[in-house]
Amino acid sequence: MEVAKKQLRIATRNCGFIDPENIEDYFGVRGYEALANAITASTPAAVIDEVKKSGLRGRGGGGFPTGTKWSFAAANQVPQKYVVCNADEGDPGAFMDRAVLEGDPHNIVEAMALCGYAIGASIGVVYIRAEYPLAIKRLVKAIEDARAYGLLGKNILGSGFDFDIELKYGAGAFVCGEETALIRSMEGSRGEPYTKPPFPANSGYWSKPTIVNNVETFANIPAIMVKGADWFSSIGTEKSKGTKVFALAGKINNTGLIEVPMGITLEEVIFEVGGGCPGGKKFKAVQTGGPSGGALTYKDADVPIDYDNLLAKNSMMGSGGMIVMDEDNCMVDVAKFFLDFTMDETCGKCTPCRIGSKRLYEILSKITHGQGTEADFEKLKTLAVNIKDTALCGLGQTMPNPVLSTMNTFADEYIAHVRDKKCPAGVCTDLLEIVILPEKCVGCTLCARVCPVNCISGKVKEAHVIDQAACIKCGACIEKCKFDAIVKK
Amino acid sequence: MAKIASIAELKKLQEKNKAKVAARKDKILVNVSLATCSIASGGKAVMEAIKDEVTKQGLSDVEFMQSGCMTFCYAEPTVIVTLPGKEPVCFGKLDEKSARELVQKYLKNGEVVDNVVPVNYVRVEL
Repeated sequence: MEVAKKQLRIATRNCGFIDPENIEDYFGVRGYEALANAITASTPAAVIDEVKKSGLRGRGGGGFPTGTKWSFAAANQVPQKYVVCNADEGDPGAFMDRAVLEGDPHNIVEAMALCGYAIGASIGVVYIRAEYPLAIKRLVKAIEDARAYGLLGKNILGSGFDFDIELKYGAGAFVCGEETALIRSMEGSRGEPYTKPPFPANSGYWSKPTIVNNVETFANIPAIMVKGADWFSSIGTEKSKGTKVFALAGKINNTGLIEVPMGITLEEVIFEVGGGCPGGKKFKAVQTGGPSGGALTYKDADVPIDYDNLLAKNSMMGSGGMIVMDEDNCMVDVAKFFLDFTMDETCGKCTPCRIGSKRLYEILSKITHGQGTEADFEKLKTLAVNIKDTALCGLGQTMPNPVLSTMNTFADEYIAHVRDKKCPAGVCTDLLEIVILPEKCVGCTLCARVCPVNCISGKVKEAHVIDQAACIKCGACIEKCKFDAIVKK
Repeated sequence: MAKIASIAELKKLQEKNKAKVAARKDKILVNVSLATCSIASGGKAVMEAIKDEVTKQGLSDVEFMQSGCMTFCYAEPTVIVTLPGKEPVCFGKLDEKSARELVQKYLKNGEVVDNVVPVNYVRVEL
C-alpha cells in the first residue's frame, strides 16, 4: 500500500529498527562516530558552532536555541560543570521521550557526552521519572555498555576527555520538568522552581554551570554532527529548523508517535498523517503544548506548525503532546480538564498559581454546571491575565493558556453555557435534557428497562416519556434505543 | 569486551555490525516492537506465539530481534517482517491467533495477510 510519506524521522530515526539493549546495533548505524570525531579531531568551540549553525531549538517546549545555550555554559571558566538530560516527561498524553529512551538509549548517551565535551563538563545526569522502569533499565544498560567499551569514563578514546553519566529518579511531579525545579529536586530539595536569572547555564546544579536539555533535543545532536548543520537547517521553516516529534492522542484514527518537518500544516498532521477523526466525526480542535498550551482549531488548518506560528496563535509547541478533539468535545469542559491537572500539579510556592488555579477551576465549574453569569467572563479573563503576569515559573505563567485560548476561539460555546444554559457538544450534564421523540418512539420499553433510576414511563407500544426531574443523564437509554428516538438537547 | 582506543577501532566495530546486518539478508527477520506500551498491548505474547509457530512449521533461518517503539500506537502490537530479498513489511493489531496465521501464510509462503500497517515516514539513516 502506497501512502504519502509526510513524516521525516531524525530524532526517532533508530526507534523500532535497532535492538536498544545491544550497543553493537547502535555501532551499525554509525553510533558514537560523532563523539569519536569530535573528541579526537575537533574542538569544543567547533561543536558548539555546528549546533548553533544547525538552528536546533530546545524541544522541551521553550524553543531556546540549543547552541547559544551551550555557549553560555562554555564561557564559564570553572572546573566543574554539568550536563542534565530532562526526561521528566509529564504532559498528559505525551510519551515521545519514553519512546526515544526505550528505543534508542545510546543516542542520548552519545549526545550528552558531546554536550559535555562542548561545554567542558565531565558529569552528566539524566533526571528520569521513576514511572518509566523499562526506559530506566535500557538506559542503565546502555550506560554500562558504553563504559565497558570505553565510550564513557576516563580518557575516552585516549583523547583526555572524561565523561560519565548517572541517573536521578523523579517521583512524577509535573513541575519538576521545569528546569529550576528539576535542579532543586536533583539536589534533594523540594521540587520548587526559583526565579531566573541566574540561568542554569551560569549557575545551576550545585550552583555550577549546567545545561539542561530535553531528551528529544539531545536525540537530534548526533545526527546533526554526522550529517552536518547545513543538512539539518535545510529542513523546516526560517526560524524553526528540523523536525518535531508529536504524540497524537485523543479523537484521531492513527494515534501514535509522529515526527514531522517543522512547517507542516495542521491539516496535513490531522488528516494525512493522523487519518482524521474516528467515526467520520468533524475535527474541532487540537491542544498542543499540553496544559500549558492552547487550542488550534479547524480554522487554523493551513497554519504551518513551528514555534513562532503557534505562539502567534496563543498556543505553544510544548514538548509535543497533541490532543485531538472532535465535535463531541465541549471546549469549556476541556479547559476545565487541563485546569484540574495544573491545580493538582502546582507546587504551591507562589500564590497566583496555587490559589489562582483553584479560583479559575471554580469559575469554569460554575459555568459547566449552568450557574455562570456574564460577569464570570470578565473575571476569568482578568484572573487569567494576572496569573500569567505574576506566577513564578513557567507552570504558573502558562497555566491559564487553555482558558484564554478556548475563550478566544470558542467564545460562542462559553456564551451558550451562560446565556442559553446549553452545552452545544452535549457534554455538560447539568445543561442537558434527554428527551424521547414521540414520533420515532415505538414503545418497545427497552429504555424504561435499562434506566437505572426508573424515570422513563409509558405503556407498551406507546411513546415513552422521561421525567426530567429524576433523570441523571447517564445516557444508557440513548445507547439502548434501536430507533434513534432518544436524543440529547 | 575490550575498550575502544581509537576511531579506527570504532570503525571496525561499525563495519563488523554492518556485516552482521548484511548476513541477515538470506534469513527471515522478525522484528518485534517491545517498548512499554507494546508489551502492555501483548507484544511479548505475540513474539512467543511467532517463535512457537515457527518451530511447529519447521521453518529454519528465522532470526528474531526486539526493538523499541515502532510509532504505530493505534496498531500495537506491531511486528516488522523482512523476507529474504523483499522490503520489510509492518503488521499490526496482532494477537496470538493472527500471529500464528502470519507465520503460516507470510513467513512460510510470502502470502500477505490482513493487518498490514502502511509506513508513512521517511527515516533518516546516518
